[in-house]
Amino acid sequence: MTGLAAPLLISDAAYSHDIPAERPWSRVLKQGQTLRIIDSEGQQAVDALLYAADDPAERYSSQDTLRVQGSAYVELGTRLVSNKGRVMAHISADSCGRHDTSAGCCSCESNAVRFGEATKYQHACRENFILELSKHGLTKRDIVANLNFFMNVPIDPSGAFTVVDGISAPGNYVDVTADMDVLFVISNCPQVNNPCNGFNPTPIRVVIWDSPEDLT
Amino acid sequence: MTTARTKQEISAANRRRYEELRAAGQELTPKGLPEATALDAAPIAPGAIISREHVPAGWYATVRLRRGEALRIVDDSGRSSVSLIGWREEDTSERINCADTVKVQWSAAISKGRVILSDMGRVLLSLIEDTSGAHDIMVGGSTPASTLAAFGATTRNTQDNLLSAAAKIGLGLRDIPPCVTFFAPVSLDAEGRFLWNSDRKRPGDFVDLRAEMNLVVVLSNCAHPLDPARPSASGPITLIRYRAPPPAPDDPCRTTSPEIVRAFEFTDRLYT
Repeated sequence: MTGLAAPLLISDAAYSHDIPAERPWSRVLKQGQTLRIIDSEGQQAVDALLYAADDPAERYSSQDTLRVQGSAYVELGTRLVSNKGRVMAHISADSCGRHDTSAGCCSCESNAVRFGEATKYQHACRENFILELSKHGLTKRDIVANLNFFMNVPIDPSGAFTVVDGISAPGNYVDVTADMDVLFVISNCPQVNNPCNGFNPTPIRVVIWDSPEDLT
Repeated sequence: MTTARTKQEISAANRRRYEELRAAGQELTPKGLPEATALDAAPIAPGAIISREHVPAGWYATVRLRRGEALRIVDDSGRSSVSLIGWREEDTSERINCADTVKVQWSAAISKGRVILSDMGRVLLSLIEDTSGAHDIMVGGSTPASTLAAFGATTRNTQDNLLSAAAKIGLGLRDIPPCVTFFAPVSLDAEGRFLWNSDRKRPGDFVDLRAEMNLVVVLSNCAHPLDPARPSASGPITLIRYRAPPPAPDDPCRTTSPEIVRAFEFTDRLYT
């Protein structure tokens, strides 16, 4: 964030993984580690939730994050605040420029309301979250308003709220540096009924670097 | 299988449907919303009132509402903001979902004629009366951290109130989702910064919420974190629980858009 840090080199990464289209992923980030989410093919929304690793009742809170920031969009420097008011992580680099945390995740049930009952039987982010969270002893109760990386949701002064075409280009990335040990959960969004994925869900890549102090 | 559509054709059809829904949701629907209720309008028939209570500044109330009952929340002093969360009584894993509420209605502006949705594609509450139209669904209520930052000391706050209320019905921190806050005139500027519009608050402003499912709701009467007059200015509120008239076939809250018609269809199925 200071611009003084050495660039992160893929060859120095501690972990790298491609998340197929429509699939979930999770991993514990240790304090100081940086997670890079790469929109490999462009225009792909990435839904994300964070939980304190030692007490998952403490989790990412969109309203606390927006209140502390005083504005509605997630961007470089945004501190991701928990429901206990603590900074869990921050956005330490961003080559896209626009991310959302007000639109939540898609679900079978909300798709049926928004796009008609036939879309109830399409895969959705909440299905991903439920299955991935179950590996950590968490349930639907634990799903709160999430982050939507690379998702473009302008809100105009009248309140009009629109998911529009993503602005991320192939290879755009966002870096999230952990300020505490966090369980980081991703759903690579399967939505095909709105433009968040350009109507064509694609794979993404996640890369993790250890804290610079740990590398020396 | 000669009629099978290609991936591109499906994408194009989905894009067309999205654009049609967007045009309807953002251009047609807002024109059909009812006018705000006048401050001296919508009297409640005395025989319909089930209960009435006053909640002092800084405190909270838990209210059970049967489907078809309504709750009037009155900002008696014109200085209060009232945060609300709610669960379906029979299954508290189903609860208010602010993100789905704005997404489905294509708007973060909550006003008369709008509804508040659950995370299961059903309607929790309908705004059948509303004198204010200035409510917040994005920033949320006060917290220990926000009051400490604002006043140098932790005061009574919405986060702690919601936790206390949840605990008394066997729920906890995991059950507390983002909230909506009534009489909290928050708007956005063109850059996305939040603004507080104090000229949108009046003594006696009220909102009537009709329960569309059997619910437990919690209301926290704490100054909104963006309210520059906080905290000493906050006043008491009045809650009136009453039997709402049954919705007519053209009920404004049930008919605003195809999305809302579907949400009510899914809700009504719980009771048929």
